[in-house]
Amino acid sequence: MELYKMTALELGAALKQGEISPAEVLRAAQERISACQGDNNAFITVHSPLPAPLGDGPLAGVPMALKDNICTKSIKTTCASKILGDFTPPYDATVVEKLSAAGGVSMGKLNMDEFAMGSTSETSFYGPTRNPWNLRRVPGGSSGGAAAAVAAGEVWYAIGSDTGGSIRQPAAYCGVTGMKPTYGTVSRYGLIAYASSLDQMGPIARSAADCAAVLDVIQGKDPRDGTTLAGSYGGLLTSLTGDVKGLKIGIPVDCFGEGLDSEVRKAVLAVADVLKSRGATVEEFSLPVMEYAVPTYYIIASAEASSNLSRFDGVKYGWRAEGYENLTDLYSKTRTEGFGTEVKRRILLGTFVLSAGYYDAYYKKALQGKAVIKRAYDEAFRKYDVLLTPVSPTTAPKLGESLSDPLKMYLSDIDTVPLNLAGLPGISIPCGFDSKGLPIGAQLIGPALGDGVILNAAHAFQLETNFHRQTPETKGGASA
Amino acid sequence: MKITKELVDYIALLSRLQPDESERVQMTAELEQIVSYMDILSHLDTGNVEPLSHVVPLRNVMREDIVEPSFPKEELLKNAPGGDDEAFLVPKAVE
Amino acid sequence: MTWETVIGLETHVELATKTKIFCSCTTEFGGAPNTHCCPVCTGMPGTLPVLNKRVLEFAVKTGLALNGEITRHCKFDRKNYFYPDLPKAYQISQLYLPIVRNGKIPIRTGSGTEKVIRIHELHMEEDAGKLVHDPWLDQTKCDYNRCGVPLIEIVTEPDFRTAEEVIAYLEKLKSTLQYLGVSDCKMQEGSLRCDVNLSVRPAGSTALGTRTEMKNLSSFKAIARAIAYEARRQIERIEEGKPVIQETRRWDENKDATFAMRSKENAQDYRYFPEPDIPPLELSQEYLNALQLAQPEMAEEKMARYQRDYGLPVYDTQMLTGQKALADFFEACITLGSDPKQTANWIMGQVLGQLSAKALEAKDMKLTPATLAKLISMVKAGRLNRNTAVKVFEAVFDSDGDVEEYVKTHGLEQVNDPTALTAAIERVFAANPQSIADFKAGKEKAFGFLVGQVMRDMKGKADPQAVNQALRDRLEG
Repeated sequence: MELYKMTALELGAALKQGEISPAEVLRAAQERISACQGDNNAFITVHSPLPAPLGDGPLAGVPMALKDNICTKSIKTTCASKILGDFTPPYDATVVEKLSAAGGVSMGKLNMDEFAMGSTSETSFYGPTRNPWNLRRVPGGSSGGAAAAVAAGEVWYAIGSDTGGSIRQPAAYCGVTGMKPTYGTVSRYGLIAYASSLDQMGPIARSAADCAAVLDVIQGKDPRDGTTLAGSYGGLLTSLTGDVKGLKIGIPVDCFGEGLDSEVRKAVLAVADVLKSRGATVEEFSLPVMEYAVPTYYIIASAEASSNLSRFDGVKYGWRAEGYENLTDLYSKTRTEGFGTEVKRRILLGTFVLSAGYYDAYYKKALQGKAVIKRAYDEAFRKYDVLLTPVSPTTAPKLGESLSDPLKMYLSDIDTVPLNLAGLPGISIPCGFDSKGLPIGAQLIGPALGDGVILNAAHAFQLETNFHRQTPETKGGASA
Repeated sequence: MKITKELVDYIALLSRLQPDESERVQMTAELEQIVSYMDILSHLDTGNVEPLSHVVPLRNVMREDIVEPSFPKEELLKNAPGGDDEAFLVPKAVE
Repeated sequence: MTWETVIGLETHVELATKTKIFCSCTTEFGGAPNTHCCPVCTGMPGTLPVLNKRVLEFAVKTGLALNGEITRHCKFDRKNYFYPDLPKAYQISQLYLPIVRNGKIPIRTGSGTEKVIRIHELHMEEDAGKLVHDPWLDQTKCDYNRCGVPLIEIVTEPDFRTAEEVIAYLEKLKSTLQYLGVSDCKMQEGSLRCDVNLSVRPAGSTALGTRTEMKNLSSFKAIARAIAYEARRQIERIEEGKPVIQETRRWDENKDATFAMRSKENAQDYRYFPEPDIPPLELSQEYLNALQLAQPEMAEEKMARYQRDYGLPVYDTQMLTGQKALADFFEACITLGSDPKQTANWIMGQVLGQLSAKALEAKDMKLTPATLAKLISMVKAGRLNRNTAVKVFEAVFDSDGDVEEYVKTHGLEQVNDPTALTAAIERVFAANPQSIADFKAGKEKAFGFLVGQVMRDMKGKADPQAVNQALRDRLEG
C-alpha cells in the first residue's frame, strides 16, 4: 500500500517494526505536500523537520500538522488573519508540548477560516483551501486545511479546533474522521480563542482508532487551563473493541427534517443499520430544542469573540496599520484593515448582544437557551448511549456559494452547534458518497465524558465499512 | 428588531471598527437579518431557567501563590509592531 | 443657602500576594519595564487565567473583617474597553456576583464624631499596566509589570459628609487591611488608590445631586484638598445657575484644582459578561469558618488586651495599635522581656518622634525590637542613664546600629564608682565656692547648677540620681 493511504497507526507500526525509516516517512510527507499544496492550499506554513530517533508510543515518528490557531513556539501562528502578521509565539500550546513528547512530527501549520469563523475555509487571508475530492468545492471549515491535508494524504493526522462544528463538518466534507472531545478534556492553553466556552481541540485522521490514539496523547487536566477536567485519561485506543451489543442508539427525528439532502439522509441512516447488525438497538425520538440551537450558538460565540478579539489592536503583536492620527485611530484603522468581513460581522454582532439595553434580550436569553438545550441532551442520554445525526445537511458546496448569504451559512451548522453548547463529544465518520462523488459524514454524539463510547461505535462501523479508506484522486496520487 | 445605521455606528465605535459607507449599509442589512432570525429565541420559555455560563461542573479551580520566573522581556516585545527594547509604544495616551 | 456635601468612595487596594492574580509572575513593585511579565499578563493570544488561591482568601478575610456578607456562589466577569494599559482589552473583574456585599466600617473622626460607613460591595479584579509618556519620542510607553497585580475594590455607600470623615474611614480601612496582612497600603506606590464620588445638595434635602468622580488622588492630603475644591466648584456652578455635569475629573496636585478628563468622555458601555475561562467559585461554610478562625487579632482586641494584661492606659493602647507594625514592635519587645509601660513610653516618645521627624511609617523603620529592648535593659541595669540612652537611640535608629558597640566606642557607659563621684564633687566644690554659699543661703536654684557641673565633670555618664543623693549628703552632711 502507498504510504499516504495508511492510517496513522499503521504507519506508526511500520516505523516501529523498522519496515520504513523516519527519514523515508518525512521525505514521503514532504513530497506529498509539495504535490498537493498548489491545488488544495491546505497549509499556511510548511516546515522541514529533521528525522529524529523514534520514541515510544503508537504515533511516534508519524507526521502530522496543526491548525494555524494553535500557538507554536518560534513558529509563525496566523489564525489565517492579516491582523496577526508574522506573530511568532514565545510558547507552545499544551497540546503541542504533549504531541512532541509523544514523538509527533509537525509538518506545518494548516489553513482555516480566519479566526476559525466560517464553514468553508474561504475566509483565510492566505487564500481558500480546496476540497481534495473536488477542487471546485470547499473543504468545509473552519478546520478545512486540516481535513484537506489528511484526505489528500499529506499528513496522517491533524489537530483542529471545533467551536460549532469546525472539526466535524470539514471531516465530513473531506471524507475523513474528526472528533470534538468533551469540553474540558483537552487543554485550550495556546489555542487562540474564538469562543472560550465552546472551543475545543481534537483530531482529524483517517480512522476512529487514529483519533483515539491522538486523544490518548492530548487529553488531560492542565494546570494552565482552569476549565480542564480532572479524571483518568488515556486508554481510549486500547478500549476499542468494536463491540456494540446492546448499545442504545437514539435518532433525533428533528435532525432529519426539512432541508436535509436525501442522499445524506440515506447514508446517515444506513449507519444505524450497520451498527444494528452488530447488535445495537436503534430508536427514533424527538429533540424539539434544535431550532433554538443556531441562534443561541451565534449569540454566545459572537459575544465571546467580540471580547477575545479585542486584544488584536496593533500594539503588542501582529500587524499595525499605517497613517493613524492618534490612539483611537490606530486601533480602528488596524482592526478595520486587519480583520476580514466575516470576523468583523461577528465582532459587531457580539458587541451588539452585550451592549447596554440588549444584554438581557439576547446574551442572557442565549445563556438560558444553552441551559435548556443542555437539559434536553442530558435527558436524551438517560435513554440512549449514543445519538446518530448528520454532520451537515448537505455535502460540500462550491467555492463562493456560501459567503454571499451569511445567515444561510449559519443555519447549515444546525447539526453540530448543539454539542458545543452542551459540552458533549461528537465524532464525524465517513459513511458514503453522493451522486457527485462527494463524501458524506455521519455524527455520533455521546454524553459528557462518553468519548470512549462514540469512538467505539465509530470503530465498530469502520470495521464493517471502508468509506474511511477511500482517497481522492489527486495530482500527487499517481507519483507518491 | 430593527437595526439602524446609528446603532451600527455605535457598536462599531465600541468595537473600534470603522466600516466605510458601503460596508455600513451592508452590515446594517445583514445584522438586521441575523438579529431578526435570532428573535425566535423569544419563543423559548425560559421563565425559571438559570443562565448557564459554564457547562462543566468545575468549581474553585485555583493555583498556589508561588512565584515562577517571568519571561525575558525580549520574548514579550519581539512581536510588537510599535515598541523599543523596553516597552510597547503607542501614540500619546496620557493626559 | 447652606449646602451639604455627599461623598462615596471607591478604593482600590493591591493585595500583598507573592504572585499576580492570574499568573505566577511576581507582584514586586518597580523593576525595569516589562520584566515582571509573561504571556498571560501581557495578553498574548491563547493564554488563559488561573486564579491565585490567596487572592480569594485575602478578599474573604477582608470581607469578614468589614462585617460583610460573603457571596458563597461567586463568579468573575469581563469588563471590556480599549486602552493601552489593558493588554487583553478587557479587565477580569466582578460585576454580577461580587465576593462581598453589605459591609460596615465604624469610624471616629479627630473631632470625635462616630458613625458607621456602609460598604456597598467589595470585589476582586486585576490591576492595569502603567503608561508613561516619553516626550522625546512623543510616544506613550506601556509597562505591563503592574498588569495582573491583584486588587480588591471597596465601594462605599454615599455616607460621608466631610473630608474629615473620609480621612478617618481611610485611616481605619488602612489599619484594618494592615492588621489582616492583606496589603501594605502604600499610597505612594499606588497600592492604595482612591476615587472620590462627590455631589452637593441643599442642607436638609434627601435627593442626591449630580456627582462627579475624582481620580489621581495620591495622598490623604490630596483627597482632603480635592474634596474641598470640588465641593466649592459644584456649589459655585449651581449658584451661578449652571448644571453640574456627571463626569470624571482629574485632581491636579500642582494647580490645586480638578479638570475634566477627555479620555473618559466616550460612552461607557463595558459589555460585562461572565468570564468563560474561570469556573465559578463555591465557598463552603467550612472554608469560611476556617478563615474566620484564622483572623488575626485586630486593633480593638489588642487595645483591650493591653489594658487588661499590661495595665496600660487607654491612650497608650490607642497609640500603640494605631499602626499594626507598631503594635507588633511593642509585643516583640515585651516578648524579649521589656517592661510594658517602659516600652510603651519609649515607643510613644522616641519611636513615634523619630518616625514623624523622618516622615516614615512604622512598617518601614529599620530599628528592631531587640535594639530597643537592649536599650531599655541597659537603663534598667543602670548601665546607661536615661538621657544618654535617648542619644544612643537617636544614633542607632536609622540603621538599627549595635547599641553595645556604640556605647563602648563612645564611652557612654554610666559611671557607678562612688570614689569617682566623690572626687568629682570635690573638684566642683573647689571651683564654685560662690554657688555653695548661695545654696547655704537658701537658694535652691544653686543646687541644680551644681548637679549640672558634676554631670559635666563626669562627661554625662553619671547616674543623675546618685549625683543628686551624693551632692545633698555632702552639702547637708
